Amino acid sequence: MAAKVWTGGWGAPAWTLASWSCALLSLHVSFLHSKLDVTVKESPTWALSGVCRGRRLTIFSLELKFQAGPGWPWALSGQWGLRAGPSVNLGLLQRQSLLDMSLVKLQLCHMLVEPNLCRSVLIANTVRQIQEEMSRDGAWRGAAPQSVGRVPLDRLVSTEILCRTARGPEAGHPVPDLGDDPLQGPVSELSTVSSAQVPRNPQSSLWDSGNPRENRGSFQKSLDQIFETLENKSPSAVEELFSDVDSSYYDLDTVLTGMMGGTKPGLCDGLEGFATAASPPGSSCKSDLAELDHVVEILVET
Amino acid sequence: TADIISTVEFNYSGDLLATGDKGGRVVIFQREQENKIRPHSRGEYNVYSTFQSHEPEFDYLKSLEIEEKINKIRWLPQQNAAHFLLSTNDKTIKLWKISERDKRAEGYNLKDEDGRLRDPFRITALRVPILKPMDLMVEASPRRIFANAHTYHINSISVNSDHETYLSADDLRINLWHLEITDRSFNIVDIKPANMEELTEVITAAEFHPHQCNVLVYSSSKGTIRLCDMRSSALCDRHSKFFEEPEDPSSRSFFSEIISSISDVKFSHSGRYMMTRDYLSVKVWDLNMESRPVETHQVHEYLRSKLCSLYENDCIFDKFECCWNGSDSAVMTGSYNNFFRMFDRSTRRDVTLEASRESSKPRASLKPRKVCAGGKRKKDEISVDSLDFNKKILHTAWHPVDNVIAVAATNNLYIFQDKAN
Repeated sequence: MAAKVWTGGWGAPAWTLASWSCALLSLHVSFLHSKLDVTVKESPTWALSGVCRGRRLTIFSLELKFQAGPGWPWALSGQWGLRAGPSVNLGLLQRQSLLDMSLVKLQLCHMLVEPNLCRSVLIANTVRQIQEEMSRDGAWRGAAPQSVGRVPLDRLVSTEILCRTARGPEAGHPVPDLGDDPLQGPVSELSTVSSAQVPRNPQSSLWDSGNPRENRGSFQKSLDQIFETLENKSPSAVEELFSDVDSSYYDLDTVLTGMMGGTKPGLCDGLEGFATAASPPGSSCKSDLAELDHVVEILVET
Repeated sequence: TADIISTVEFNYSGDLLATGDKGGRVVIFQREQENKIRPHSRGEYNVYSTFQSHEPEFDYLKSLEIEEKINKIRWLPQQNAAHFLLSTNDKTIKLWKISERDKRAEGYNLKDEDGRLRDPFRITALRVPILKPMDLMVEASPRRIFANAHTYHINSISVNSDHETYLSADDLRINLWHLEITDRSFNIVDIKPANMEELTEVITAAEFHPHQCNVLVYSSSKGTIRLCDMRSSALCDRHSKFFEEPEDPSSRSFFSEIISSISDVKFSHSGRYMMTRDYLSVKVWDLNMESRPVETHQVHEYLRSKLCSLYENDCIFDKFECCWNGSDSAVMTGSYNNFFRMFDRSTRRDVTLEASRESSKPRASLKPRKVCAGGKRKKDEISVDSLDFNKKILHTAWHPVDNVIAVAATNNLYIFQDKAN
């Protein structure tokens, strides 16, 4: 996959960023071996995801700073930002935060001697919903693969314990046996649930997965190809390289621009948009993301 | 905070208006009668009686305090000179008799005028006590106490049209009482699962049909309403009718269930319709059609994009009530920022009004308010972000006949009348 060249600064509008993203993915690997800094950073604006060779891809977020160096036929400067997420869904971080918030609320409910039953039930149902969707997305795979199928019931906080009020005499209704220290159970369950969530640093899953050395080795081959291509071409010819870029990449624009809000979104602002667009998860993104596959193939090693 | 009004209810004639507050007090207002001397005072409500209905209690078995907050007040139809009402907190329902006394007896033999007992040996003559007029005194006395029937928090009470029985509903059960009998109640609905871990739905409100004494409805936290017929079986776990609106898949979110939870259900006076209040809307249902409501009125749709923030600050769990006017042609419910909304069903018009000292002077008309959902804010409009979510109007009541409404704004009670009256 060849690289596109342009000179000058950035501040590129979204559409160019989109068209660049694919090229960038292949580029950044080559730059790893050059004198360029690669810093990985999360940017909460949008996510790209796709499936490559049956494995869900993580596109990690990074900021690249380029500098023109000797021998390079072009001058590049500026920085990109890409955001990563381990799933197709938009607002992954927001969903995680909503789950955390809900669990905190449940904990607070639980600390009351007599919790408001309606409220507890509604929050517990919300938690269950989020976790079901997360498990549908396969987000649990990274965290606890063995229990994906059984995720919801075990890891959910027991509403019985939350709604614990029935300790008085009830004619004909069995009082649930909560054990000696009922507080112990649910609290540890809660911490289990929250710690077993999707990894907080999604980019680590790609960087860390597999053997980095292996990854580099297999990348090397494609790297050489890229370097060769880049060094031998003049800038104008490089432009032609990018004519190879499938224009369908521009279809990503609608996906990306749709996701990219104007200002930096707060947790809840982003979540609103996510919440309404979320289900069914990622159906609108899938066709666009399929385009990414062959770009991504260069990067992802199974 | 003990002054926060927690329930408002007109009696059957509308002459009396009862409020309950967080401190367990009941305050009853009475409408001034038409008075030629002071014509403007007609229709004004003045305090008639104040009494402490419930006190905080301590449940020693569960080691928890039972709040004295009055959750609901319901009047009984008047049968004699006295007035009766039911008031309930989380656990105990009380029947109160409110009676007037405007005469007192004077000239007792065994007591002095100041109440001291006389020494019987000093009495030399007997006299017959005489009834003399006195300043009107309104007395409230508890006549029945219906206790120990609810494990969970009582959210509703409803007097039956037979005037002999009433229901009380908590999160999981509905009990039927006879007004004369306090040591027994019948459980008519029980949705408690055998295993509490399986609990996903609770009862949020219940009411008897205004004319059919065998029919009751109850709403749930999942946005459904079940109509039960007590003639069909003793335990009404199986409903006769099930009302649920199919979900709109395009607006589905993680908050869909929470905002669909019904906070209030009220039959129309005619008995043909019922109204439900969920977080964002008021729905009118025809009892003959279970598949969907016949009307949906948006109360504050501009909050739909703010649900996450409202979840964070718990406002999404606020329980708003709703009410019908006397002719069932209009409905009313509260909102935030001390706003309340009225919907005219026949003209399909709605209005937003504000209950606050600043915006309403006595005898001045209320100015309609408008919330700007987005874009450019016009003059006099209020933007969504400047709404005060601590000023919520949860409780409103409409006079059964006239266009008089009572609106509870935290610890203030506003009574508005239609000028055409």
